[in-house]
Amino acid sequence: MKEAPKKYMNPYLAGFFLGFVLLTTIYITGRGLGASGAIKSFVVQIVENVAPEHAATTDYYITQRQNNPDGPLKSWLVFEVIGVVIGAFLSAVMSNRVTVKIEKGPGVKNGIRIAAAIFGGALFGFGSQLARGCTSGAALSGMAVMSFGGIVTMMSIFGMAYAMAWFFRKLWIKKVN
Amino acid sequence: MGPLVPDIISNEFNFIIAIIVGMGFGFALEQAGFGSTRKLVGLFYGYDFTVLKVFFTAGVTAMVGITSLNHLGLLDVDIIFINPTFLWAAIIGGVIMGGGFIIGGFCPGTSVVAAASGKIDGWAFVFGAGLGIFAFVEGYPLIKDLMVAENLGDLLVFEMTGISREAFALIMVFVATGAFVGVTMIENNVNNKTTQWLKKDITKYSMAVGLAVITVLITMITPTRGELMNQRIDAKLASGECQPKMMEGDKLAYELMHQYYQYNVIDVRSAEEFKAFHIPTAINIPLDKLHEAENLAIIVQNIKTNVFYGASYEQSQRACLVAKYHGKADNFALSNTADEFNSNFFLLSDDPIEANVDQDVYIFRKDAAQKLKEIGEAVANLDRPVVKKVKRVQGGCS
Repeated sequence: MKEAPKKYMNPYLAGFFLGFVLLTTIYITGRGLGASGAIKSFVVQIVENVAPEHAATTDYYITQRQNNPDGPLKSWLVFEVIGVVIGAFLSAVMSNRVTVKIEKGPGVKNGIRIAAAIFGGALFGFGSQLARGCTSGAALSGMAVMSFGGIVTMMSIFGMAYAMAWFFRKLWIKKVN
Repeated sequence: MGPLVPDIISNEFNFIIAIIVGMGFGFALEQAGFGSTRKLVGLFYGYDFTVLKVFFTAGVTAMVGITSLNHLGLLDVDIIFINPTFLWAAIIGGVIMGGGFIIGGFCPGTSVVAAASGKIDGWAFVFGAGLGIFAFVEGYPLIKDLMVAENLGDLLVFEMTGISREAFALIMVFVATGAFVGVTMIENNVNNKTTQWLKKDITKYSMAVGLAVITVLITMITPTRGELMNQRIDAKLASGECQPKMMEGDKLAYELMHQYYQYNVIDVRSAEEFKAFHIPTAINIPLDKLHEAENLAIIVQNIKTNVFYGASYEQSQRACLVAKYHGKADNFALSNTADEFNSNFFLLSDDPIEANVDQDVYIFRKDAAQKLKEIGEAVANLDRPVVKKVKRVQGGCS
């Protein structure tokens, strides 16, 4: 018998908990949290496996190898994201929220949702490399340590998303007449 | 003290730490509802401001925490990773990410959370992010110039506005609180609910905000340990009590020649001055670093007598009082400055008449200069404070 999903945590409590995790991370390791860097590590590893010749001759991969002589996957963020997967899964199991499904706005076709997710992901991935961090690494961690660049990136992300919200409203909300 | 990596926790163990904090991160995001794309996007259509609430609370919590830990001397904010500011890359990258957010409905961290709880759209977003990063990596030569344009370095936001770290943290607490009140009203408005301010909620949240404000205020009002120490020493100096025991340069030279191992000669000038000249066997701990934990271990011990000297008598006197403050009773302040000692011994003229000192003193000093030099060379590596290369932690998302 399947139980109904539990309610989400109070957002302020969840935020406090998240802030505490971030603070602990900075206190112990001196660095903040992140996410997109781990995806990059996987991308670099895949390219090195699939096209070793290309990776051997391209500057970017050479720099990566110099910075990470033990291979791209032996990086702090990769381990951290493994933790994220475990933690999120445990949380979802505890709250009966594990379901294989596609979540989307009302009346949106699955194919469109998946295409949008891939395209949006691609933009986010590209932007995160340009800005040296995503919402976690640049915006959240940057805000915690009061980095000017982090806060600029945060405002750009949310500002742009608000600016574009009207154009993509059909993806997310019912048509309001 | 902090950060604990790499001095207290090794770099290898740091990977285990990464998994543990990652679990906390993932757990917090999932509990907040960040595994649900509609909940995330609600922020941009006004029906659900969870993202703003969680994000702002987390940021302010960590910010207040860092400010207080820094104040207590538990975390060195000069070492922790500060995201460097490359202005154009930060803005353009952010704008591209904003587009990705509204189209894809996730950010990289939340898409991983969604994927972990079984959302296929989460997997699609992670896959897309991989493609985007691949495009970036392959196109890197074209974007390289943009990447490094307008490098402002490790710029801190409060430095720009000219206010203190504490004041900025306080402002952020109030901004966040105001934003929470505002978005709650908007959210209810969009969802056609009337906004009710329940007394118990107001009490609860006021206490949380009050706690944050008080924490910041305490860091603003109370002095740090170093400031407190200097205040007390200043008070003692002003009242004229507690004069340190003095030692003449000649006496020190005599003692060093005969039993250098009984003395801990400490030069409290800067590293450059120390390099230019120092009394043989002396070690260098600049005055403003004397009260730091790793240096206290050297000056507060039972075996040797401390002899402090500096560029002026005031410096050696203060150093003496710092050692005393931390519980070392057996201290001397050299009554000569470093330069005086140098000219009395090592730069002493070869002509006894020109040197203009007593015959016996002249002979003693010439002899001492020679001998001290030999001793200094013989014990060159004695009890030097370990020179630690203090470097910023590498971090960030890229």
